[in-house]
Amino acid sequence: MKKNIAGTEVDVNEEGYLTDMSQWNENIATAIAAEEGVGPLNEGHQKVIQYLRAQQAKGAALTIRSMGKSGVVTTKELYDLFPGGPLKKSSKIAGIPKPVGCI
Amino acid sequence: MSKHLLILGGGTAGTMMANHLRRRLPTSDWQMTVVDRSEKHLYQPGFLFLPFGLYEESDIIRQTRDFIPRGVEFIQEEVEQITPESHAVTLRGGRELRYDILIVATGCRTAPEETEGMLGPKWRVNVHDFYTLDGARALREKLSNFSGGRVVIHINEMPIKCPVAPLEFTFLADTFFREQGIRDKVTLTYVTPLSGAFTKPKASKKLGHLLSDKGIELVTDFVAERVDQDHNKLVCFDGREVPYDLLVTTPTNMGSEAVRRSGLGDDLDFIPTHKSTLQSLKYSDVFVIGDATNVPASKAGSVAHFESETLADNVICFIEGQPLKEEFDGHSNCFIESGHGKALLIDFNYEFEPHEGNFPFAFGPMKLLEESRLNHLGKLAFRHVYWNVLLRAWPLPGISRQKKKPVEV
Repeated sequence: MKKNIAGTEVDVNEEGYLTDMSQWNENIATAIAAEEGVGPLNEGHQKVIQYLRAQQAKGAALTIRSMGKSGVVTTKELYDLFPGGPLKKSSKIAGIPKPVGCI
Repeated sequence: MSKHLLILGGGTAGTMMANHLRRRLPTSDWQMTVVDRSEKHLYQPGFLFLPFGLYEESDIIRQTRDFIPRGVEFIQEEVEQITPESHAVTLRGGRELRYDILIVATGCRTAPEETEGMLGPKWRVNVHDFYTLDGARALREKLSNFSGGRVVIHINEMPIKCPVAPLEFTFLADTFFREQGIRDKVTLTYVTPLSGAFTKPKASKKLGHLLSDKGIELVTDFVAERVDQDHNKLVCFDGREVPYDLLVTTPTNMGSEAVRRSGLGDDLDFIPTHKSTLQSLKYSDVFVIGDATNVPASKAGSVAHFESETLADNVICFIEGQPLKEEFDGHSNCFIESGHGKALLIDFNYEFEPHEGNFPFAFGPMKLLEESRLNHLGKLAFRHVYWNVLLRAWPLPGISRQKKKPVEV
């Protein structure tokens, strides 16, 4: 489905996650973050967002572990930056799919 | 001189590959070997039933050798090192095996040591797992004496083998405690690092009610920083705590230690693998199948089965110098126990999430994404299919390697 976020029409799924990561821009990130009660986005958020987008572009699996090990942020900092749901919220703001199980 | 096809791992995927390829590669040209550290082949889906006394160990343990076909040498030994640059594998005892084609099917393992406090003194006292034979056995003993309290079923991090098994365990535990007459003395809590017990929209909509119907509490977005065994609680990185009297955890899953020793894996020791051809992304004469890969499919026997059909073709393509088939689509298919003698059936792949509809079994269509007694019987019958059809790499009638596109309902 289409959604207008920060003045840009983008494709999203039922839960509001972008289905095409190339449609993402920083204004979209700011708008989604506000909806999710995250932010304002600071340098820490930006580092996580850029890391997630780079990993996703490589087709690599996104895990809290890999983020911790990459030195971008510790898991604790990740919870501080994206309270309540670090992976699902950071993914949504980064314009990539939500981490899911098989059902 | 004949060439050598070497398979590391004699579990579900490795055994299927040995059977597929021994039929297709002439013995005069190709020598084949399977290496596995264990002489026992375990029917791992049975670990779910063992703790509740629904299966006996004799139902789920066979001899690895009995499923390795004639004309394939079986070596029972630990793999020490894989050296793709020199097309060689060194075994623990020092023996070196050279290969022309290598298939890595070394699976995955639980790694409780990855979480602080998990392997403390109460490991297998009131902190249990059911993903290993020892763990399932110890949990069975624990459950047989359990008189009530807070039972917490926990997933440490994704990906895990058979991703729905912890949820199935929770449903079966609900039934078990009811049958024991102590359900009112037990609280059941399901703790997941994901955003829900069901994370895909169709399954979530259709099945979301199952937890509340059964009185199961759900804790989401929970990444355990540590297990506090002194105070019997799980502690999240954000400070949340979940107390337990009995913790049934699914520890972090990682690939084989041989993969780590050889420096061939990612953070979790899973091997970077082409998601449609199953060729190693780095070495053209190395193929990877089953739980050992990093492909974004479920780590499950059905996935290994569908992969094996594509990989058998691709090994032949590789030998003949033909382009590989970019065919594997992430197809996965499984029965999910939902308790009270019922189960669900799901079918999905990289592209399509589990959906409703009919599934074309040879003996008649079964309903997808819907609880039924027939599905439960299907899950029980599957053990025989596993030993007699699947491991022998015979095709499952009516079930194609690629997922059929869902019909809108």
